[in-house]
Amino acid sequence: MTRRVVITGAGTINALGADVPATLEALREGRSAIGELDIRDVDRLMIRIGAQVAGYDESAHFNRQQIALYDRYTQFALLAAGQALTQAGLVFEGALAARSGVILGTSGGGLNTQDENYRAVYEDGKNRVHPFVVPKLMNNAAAAHLSMEYNLKGPSFTVATACASSNHAIGQAFQFIASGMADVMVTGGAEAMLCFGGVKAWEGLRVMSRDTCRPFCATRSGMVQGEGAGVFVLEDYDHARARGAEILAEVAGIAMTSDASDIVMPSRQGAERAMAGALAQAGLATSDIGYINAHGTGTAANDKIESAAVAHVFGADADRLAISSTKSMHGHCIGATGAIELLACIMALRDGVIAPTANWQEPDPECALDIVPNRAREARVTACLSNAFAFGGMNAVLALKAV
Amino acid sequence: MTTDIRTRVHEIVAEQAMIDTDDVTDASVPADLGIDSMGLVEAIFAIEEAFDIQVPFNANEPAASDFDYSSVGAIVAAVERLVAEQHP
Repeated sequence: MTRRVVITGAGTINALGADVPATLEALREGRSAIGELDIRDVDRLMIRIGAQVAGYDESAHFNRQQIALYDRYTQFALLAAGQALTQAGLVFEGALAARSGVILGTSGGGLNTQDENYRAVYEDGKNRVHPFVVPKLMNNAAAAHLSMEYNLKGPSFTVATACASSNHAIGQAFQFIASGMADVMVTGGAEAMLCFGGVKAWEGLRVMSRDTCRPFCATRSGMVQGEGAGVFVLEDYDHARARGAEILAEVAGIAMTSDASDIVMPSRQGAERAMAGALAQAGLATSDIGYINAHGTGTAANDKIESAAVAHVFGADADRLAISSTKSMHGHCIGATGAIELLACIMALRDGVIAPTANWQEPDPECALDIVPNRAREARVTACLSNAFAFGGMNAVLALKAV
Repeated sequence: MTTDIRTRVHEIVAEQAMIDTDDVTDASVPADLGIDSMGLVEAIFAIEEAFDIQVPFNANEPAASDFDYSSVGAIVAAVERLVAEQHP
């Protein structure tokens, strides 16, 4: 049994905006949300920039009891899911509830909760922590609260594959529906790693930029971290059509591969196999792809290897497609990044607008692709790919089609 | 102090390359000793810890970093300079 799978709802909160329209507007304008970090103990950090959700007030969205249970990443997930489910217009009761679930990606889970409580016991010398520390920090907390909030009683779990978490999660949700195991899946990713410990850990790797994120640019200086969530409603095509739902795009294929080589250094072959696999499953030719949302971290290694992989998989068609890294604007949202980047794919398919690679200065001969520098572009795109290549050599590429 | 710095840098490089300290000389090139980019980052971290200094090094643009690691001797000289600057 193979069923078609479509997206009927989308929601987000990230540094570019608190919902999908605001985010797409920023992507169209090529506006980067990277700026000075406003977090506790920032003076002890060497990396002091990020794409933070600015002006966020949790008490504007949640009551005191909820905040006691919702880490920042869970809050982001709930806010994004609320938008997606409102758009989808689904109510989960009876048989539909039993055949609907949630698969979310995250890397750090409740990292702010860990950071705050380790600080309390180690730095402040406290011997007692809040009773809900464990249910607040656990990596399945966001998925659990989504299932509780919306009565999703089918399969629910969390996927953690670092920077590819969202794509693995969305890919898994796609397979559940395609195979007939579920009719509706709420999926995407959430991440809130911009706390002292989160940024300090990344500092150690020495791959973080101190100025900004410039993917595919000769002067690129590393990655910049972001935060937020992207949540989507994936639905069986016939189910969506029968109820007259608005279809945002079709998830046409997914491929997951492992480099099986290095814990941090990406491999061209692993990336190539993932892109080629997604095309094959979707039944798409390289000439069908008008846009690729790149992994494009802005590190020396990724951008060079990803460019070579695209050139190798697409051959002459590599010169006919547009590829951009929106991490230049919303930052690298780690376990949420693929979900937030899926919005750029939907914008290309639905609105015919390709989001640019912002902050770009000069060409790098090792990244000789059409990377849509700095300005969005109008183009008719009927199919696209979204790449995610994670630490651990775990890759997941989604193929989407316009419906 | 200079001898101490040289000895300690040689020890750190040797540990990272998993070879005897005696096999490290000022003329040794880290890459030739089998130290890859991640090994270099680890060695720099060890140097920072050992000398309580901050080493300006970005793995994305090592050439742009004000830290010469072309040979072990160059690293020793750079560490001497950083120690003098940061612990006058």
